[in-house]
Amino acid sequence: MSKIFDVPLYAYTRSPDQDEGMPVRHPVVIIGAGPVGLATAIDLAQQGIKTVILDDNDRVSFGSRAICFAKRPLEILDRLGCGEAMVERGVQWDTGKVFFDTRQVYEFSLTEEEGHKNPAFINLQQYTFEQVLVERIREMQAVGAPIEIRGRNKVEAIGQHDDHVKLEVETPEGSYTIEADWLVACDGANSPTRRMLGLDFDGQVFEDNFLIADVVMKADFPSERWFWFDPPFNRGQSALLHKQPDNVWRIDLQLGRDIDKEREKRPENVMVRLKAMLGDDAEFDLEWVSIYTFQCCRMERFRHGRTLFAGDSAHQVSPFGARGANSGLQDADNIAWKLKLVLKGKAPETLMDSYNTERAYGADENILNSTRSTEFITPKSEMSRILRDAVLDLSAHHEFAQPLVNSGRLSVPCTYDGSMLNSADALAAPDVTRPGSPCPDAPLGDDHLLGKLGNEFILLTIDADAPDSFEEDGVTATRLALSVRDDPTLTLKRQYLGDAPSGVYLIRPDQHVAARREAFDEPHFRAALRRATGKE
Amino acid sequence: MSDKLILSPNLDNADGFFDALARAHDGLEKSTSDALNARLIFLLANHIGDNKVLDQALKAAQNSGHKR
Ligand SMILES: Cc1cc2nc3c(=O)[nH]c(=O)nc-3n(C[C@H](O)[C@H](O)[C@H](O)COP(=O)(O)OP(=O)(O)OC[C@H]3O[C@@H](n4cnc5c(N)ncnc54)[C@H](O)[C@@H]3O)c2cc1C
Repeated sequence: MSKIFDVPLYAYTRSPDQDEGMPVRHPVVIIGAGPVGLATAIDLAQQGIKTVILDDNDRVSFGSRAICFAKRPLEILDRLGCGEAMVERGVQWDTGKVFFDTRQVYEFSLTEEEGHKNPAFINLQQYTFEQVLVERIREMQAVGAPIEIRGRNKVEAIGQHDDHVKLEVETPEGSYTIEADWLVACDGANSPTRRMLGLDFDGQVFEDNFLIADVVMKADFPSERWFWFDPPFNRGQSALLHKQPDNVWRIDLQLGRDIDKEREKRPENVMVRLKAMLGDDAEFDLEWVSIYTFQCCRMERFRHGRTLFAGDSAHQVSPFGARGANSGLQDADNIAWKLKLVLKGKAPETLMDSYNTERAYGADENILNSTRSTEFITPKSEMSRILRDAVLDLSAHHEFAQPLVNSGRLSVPCTYDGSMLNSADALAAPDVTRPGSPCPDAPLGDDHLLGKLGNEFILLTIDADAPDSFEEDGVTATRLALSVRDDPTLTLKRQYLGDAPSGVYLIRPDQHVAARREAFDEPHFRAALRRATGKE
Repeated sequence: MSDKLILSPNLDNADGFFDALARAHDGLEKSTSDALNARLIFLLANHIGDNKVLDQALKAAQNSGHKR
């Protein structure tokens, strides 16, 4: 049986644009049909913005790169109409174990938040993840959504202009030129767009090599994340075992610094290492293997005129913590509604600068966490190793040391503290819903709160009065009227009110809180809506 | 509790502690000694807990080394 990553999913077909005498102008062109490009395109097209994706390939990611997808991206995907399909195909897990030598030193459990629709994490192969996104695009196309993927369309040159970007695209039938009001570069960590525009990508490069393998095996290991420091089967190095769907298991083996990559990659040598780990009797097939070194880097700015960078092209992290694709999806979530308002003339172009501010803040958080994890896993000096091992030894005996063990701090959603789109907090309610936060979910009968938020500005009132909607300078906020009684589990109250008797929240189309207050005060919320759309 | 690092004499038994610490390293290989010291640092740091105090301790240690 051929694997999904071996078959073309969006084969090349000739576009009418190629036969026009003049370059055709599109509102948005996206370069790259990876997780981030696909998600951005779905979001835009769902909001009625005509979007074209160009990809130099015609199929999903070769082999599985990302496997762990966190709750916030799943919530974003719910808004994009394909979160449930992901969860259905994924493996859920909530336990992680850390071993040092032969002993288990630490176990953590990802807290399932009561009343949230989505699990803390699922594991799913990146190729399946991308396949589900492409299926969603096909479904949208079937009902006439303005979205198009052009396979084997390789962007070769980019010209930046004040009010558009010009692209030269190479296809199997020769090249053509198109224009975009806005370009979103989702062309991955080696971003040709970045290179063509002469932009830097700075940060820290780690020297250790990692063998990453996906094996197919029938095994009864639980679906937990197992991480080893200095195990007998990989002395002086680390290892990871994690379950994916379809009996596929992810294995990471740290190999150290100076290695012969070609030699290590040979199947016979990989098999020796895997058998040492899994046991001589384990029966398995190698699905995919690769050797990586990791880096944590970012661009200084994610917006350059009419070009926006999103996902790995803008920022790259080491995989410990699963913060790559997970943060890229938050980029998509942040871009789409802003671009829509700007394209429709309802917000100034400078609103796109807030994309840079908010997501650069997120990138810094991810880079900080991923860098610390990588340094713990691959100590860069003798003394860092001594300190690291001291923590591991202590953690086996004393609980206090366990929080110091760092095998990856798993992706959490970013709260845009200090964003220029936030209004000052005017409600004495819990911190989890302060301005800038992504709205936490809550059960509402058969439904969930997040299913009722997003795509538009929402005025959420909890036991408070307000008009059904209000419009400010072309942008409308529509009321969602709730009472704490709508959620007998009191999750809504616990997260959104605390001890406050009532609350009114202005919620952005990406489900982040823009402003909150105890009662509806018209001038205040009008100002908040202006602010949240970059007009103050 | 004060969040200022105590830099005046505060040990119940200064000679006794110095002696116990030195003895703990008697006969150990350098690597075993280094590991012992490292574990001790984390135990003491956890006991202190307060990051402000720990920062001051780190700075005081950095600034009081013998200049060669
Ligand atoms: C071993 C490993 C494990 C990982 N694990 C996780 C994890 O568990 N969780 C997680 O969230 N992340 C993980 N990641 C990170 C994740 O894979 C990336 O963050 C993610 O793929 C980034 O998506 P993207 O869409 O930005 O870029 P990519 O997926 O790299 O897609 C870029 C696309 O652009 C196209 N392209 C490039 N140049 C051109 C051009 N000139 N013209 C047209 N198209 C072009 C490419 O063909 C490609 O389709 C992992 C990564 C690795 C390597």
